[in-house]
Amino acid sequence: MDYSQFLYMHEELSLLLVITILFVADLIMCPDKKSGRGVYNTCLPVVLLTLHTVLNLLPCAGDTATSAFGGMYQHTPMMTIVKSVLNVGTLVVFLMAHDWLRREENKVKQGEFYLLTLFTLLGMYFMISAGHFLMFFIGLELASIPLAGLVAFDKLRYESAEAGAKFILLALFSSALLLYGVSLLYGAAGTLYFDEFFSQLRPGLLSVLGMTFFVTGMGFKISLVPFHLWTADTYQGAPTVVTGYLSVVSKGAAAFVLLTVLYKVFALTPLFEAWNHGLFWIIILTITVANLFAIRQKNLKRFMAFSAISQAGYVILPVMGGTAQGMTALVYYLLVYMAANLGAFAVINVVEQRSGKINIDDYDGLYRTNPKLAFLMTLCLFSLAGIPPFAGFFSKFFGFMAAFNAGEHLLVFIALVNTVISLYYYLLIVKAMYIKTSDSPIATFKSDGYTRVALAVCLLGVVLLGIVGTVYNYIDTFSYA
Amino acid sequence: MNFLSLFVLIPLLMLLGLWLARGLKGVRTVMVIGSSALLLLAAWLTVTFLSDRAAGLDAEMLYTASFTWFEPLHIKYSVGVDGISVAMLLLSSIIVFTGTFASWQLKPLTKEYFLWFTLLSLGVFGFFISVDMFMMFMFYEIALIPMYLLIGVWGSGKKEYAAMKLTLMLMGGSAFLMCGIFGIFYGAGGQTMNVVDIANHTGGAHPIDFAQQCIWFPLTFIGFGVLGALFPFHTWSPDGHASAPTAVSMLHAGVLMKLGGYGCFRIAMYLMPEATNELGWIFLILTGISVVYGAFSACVQTDLKYINAYSSVSHCGLVLFAILMVNQTAATGAVLQMLSHGLMTALFFALIGMIYGRTHTRDIRELNGLMRIMPFLSVCYVIAGLANLGLPGLSGFVAEMTIFVGSFQNADTFHRVLTIAACTSIVITAVYILRLVGKILYGTCTNEHHLKLTDATWDERLSVICLIVAVAGLGLAPLWVSNMVSGGVAPIIEHIGHGVSSCNPFI
Repeated sequence: MDYSQFLYMHEELSLLLVITILFVADLIMCPDKKSGRGVYNTCLPVVLLTLHTVLNLLPCAGDTATSAFGGMYQHTPMMTIVKSVLNVGTLVVFLMAHDWLRREENKVKQGEFYLLTLFTLLGMYFMISAGHFLMFFIGLELASIPLAGLVAFDKLRYESAEAGAKFILLALFSSALLLYGVSLLYGAAGTLYFDEFFSQLRPGLLSVLGMTFFVTGMGFKISLVPFHLWTADTYQGAPTVVTGYLSVVSKGAAAFVLLTVLYKVFALTPLFEAWNHGLFWIIILTITVANLFAIRQKNLKRFMAFSAISQAGYVILPVMGGTAQGMTALVYYLLVYMAANLGAFAVINVVEQRSGKINIDDYDGLYRTNPKLAFLMTLCLFSLAGIPPFAGFFSKFFGFMAAFNAGEHLLVFIALVNTVISLYYYLLIVKAMYIKTSDSPIATFKSDGYTRVALAVCLLGVVLLGIVGTVYNYIDTFSYA
Repeated sequence: MNFLSLFVLIPLLMLLGLWLARGLKGVRTVMVIGSSALLLLAAWLTVTFLSDRAAGLDAEMLYTASFTWFEPLHIKYSVGVDGISVAMLLLSSIIVFTGTFASWQLKPLTKEYFLWFTLLSLGVFGFFISVDMFMMFMFYEIALIPMYLLIGVWGSGKKEYAAMKLTLMLMGGSAFLMCGIFGIFYGAGGQTMNVVDIANHTGGAHPIDFAQQCIWFPLTFIGFGVLGALFPFHTWSPDGHASAPTAVSMLHAGVLMKLGGYGCFRIAMYLMPEATNELGWIFLILTGISVVYGAFSACVQTDLKYINAYSSVSHCGLVLFAILMVNQTAATGAVLQMLSHGLMTALFFALIGMIYGRTHTRDIRELNGLMRIMPFLSVCYVIAGLANLGLPGLSGFVAEMTIFVGSFQNADTFHRVLTIAACTSIVITAVYILRLVGKILYGTCTNEHHLKLTDATWDERLSVICLIVAVAGLGLAPLWVSNMVSGGVAPIIEHIGHGVSSCNPFI
């Protein structure tokens, strides 16, 4: 065996190294020798993850597409980009988490938080780079099972435990569906390698069924309507930091993987039409239903859950037609969405930690007491709604453009009309913060340094990612179809 | 860097300055310096433009510059101006300048107010200098969203409702518009977003199929038309204007609504000439309704701002009406009407704001005899009213005259009947304006509380006088503007040509 093949996996290996270091550090540092109590330290994982991201992103420009282990493991420069996007998201989540992990009941568990999160990240890496359905499945499981632990992290809180149980049941169910789909596909093609699949697949009912189950399984992970029912409860119950992670990083990875598999494995004409047609309806349903439900929400986390579902519809919109332009648009959308959504969650999280308030009504008059937080939240919401000059406008425009170019005129029109609905509910929060007044507003507070860094990163993303054209152009040089 | 970009750069610097500014004084200083700089820049641009044109520079767009922005999508940062956009830039800078003084005493949260106000003007200026469809659309949306907070936070009356209605309707319009822009871009080959290139089939663009034009033209026209108060999509306008704070009403009626007419002309009609000739008549009827219906609605209102808002619907309808006539004179009149309406409505809203700030009511049934109490404001109000009803010597006359003369040049019955119908709006305007002036300004004041009120302060006087000078200037010496505008209009009208619609049942 040629051991140099492992070098192709340098990203995974370096993440594994980070995990190992953290694991050992956690053994030594926590609990504290003298007092026997937990020690919290956000600095170490943040620094390690930053190093990891930078080291992996730097050589990316000269990279070429390769595959290792007989095609089990694939690698393209675009994958490095996506992995780095996920890294940044995780980094911001770690920064946000500081305030929450500092609490007495979490101090002893903070090592677990980082490890579980990074393991899911590792799973996503494998999922993205998989060249074989089983490899893909292992990655997917690694990415979802530790998540259940994270969702139930506040185990003494009833909602958190309930959310964890719901999440694990649904994750297993969707994995089963997906696996069933894969087994049908094996029957239709006689292979599970992505590279061979295309040439060996016999189009017919079996392959269409297999693909349907596969897409359904992925639909659960990305929380597309009608597979979204777990989302609201889980998002509401999970600790806010984890909700942020779920809604952005884990969803983003799954969306990109769906795209690569659809592009690569199901590009054959009859199948291509089948999934294009199916996605058409799924996207319309996802965006519309989620938007309508979001309007009625009182709880901000629940609200963000529905907003995230509708955003998922926009994320996979550029997939239609299977073009390289679509791939760029999707990755770019993910990056921008990550900045905006995590920014919003960072605000929600810090407000929840300091005041315990989580309803939309509680945000009444936030601008008078905490102007900076309210302002940041406004920018993030505007970006989510697609208002220029914030990055969300550009990502929406390019996503729609890609779908339009693929000939989906009607779909683009429906999605556009939906952006107006989404603007309505995002503005409801802006209205609460700026226009309404409250008898018991959230008291003025100073947020901690880590949260500030997280917010600054998100703010930079929201403001600059769009206007600075280089980001999109850079991503575009790596996209393929 | 092209000097036109200063129109974007100055507001950006103002935003930065406002953000750093401490206290009311700092905020005011930044605003005065910034808006004066913009006014000077616009004046300088007008002079330069006129002399360059006189010197024989006859390219369609002057001072063009283009930088690659999103290369894979052929999106560029391209700027350039012609006669129409120079006129619009001048108008915008006057309104921003006077609007600053009109909101001199605004409280609370002055800094935030001016932040959003400047962002709004950034969008407006950016829109008028851009020749790239993406840029135009981006600036268009930048100009829309600050309205929500400006009305919602600093407005009066049913402000939350009005702000939400306005934002959603305009954003709904921009959803149509975005679809239209994609259609034009890909219909013309997907190689360039530059408006001039697409129109002249240069830079990789090819003519858009007629069948496609017939889909994208209505979408684009409605998209911009919502902002231009096209019937039946005008309903955001009265509520929005009535609830907005003074300077925002000024900017909104004065400049923002012009974005609609300008966009319809520059994008919808210019880029899709065949569809314009084929489907223009439908919109012509709708705008005809706008003109007459707006005027009639203004007659029955009792709130000063509502009267003016409906009158705006009528006058902005006239702008769209005139460009759809597709001839040189009428289209020149349309641009003059944009200028004239922008100035006089801003004047109106400024005065209404000042009166309201003193009397705390805008209901005409509770106001009377103001001439004795605040003579300066009342005289100005009369001037604004006269300009509005088209008195010769003021701007309204020049614009409306040109429009109706131009419209009547169309020889067929359909256009002539519509022109005559639209002409009635002049009479109706006179009815409501004169009645209004007689009711609230003359007579004796019966409200004791009103007797103690004072006349305008220096900042208010400054802003009002600026506007009156502009209105009278345009009315007394219209030629230099109309020559400049007509030079900008000519290539567009020539490009659209004159075709007879095959589906118009009235011909």
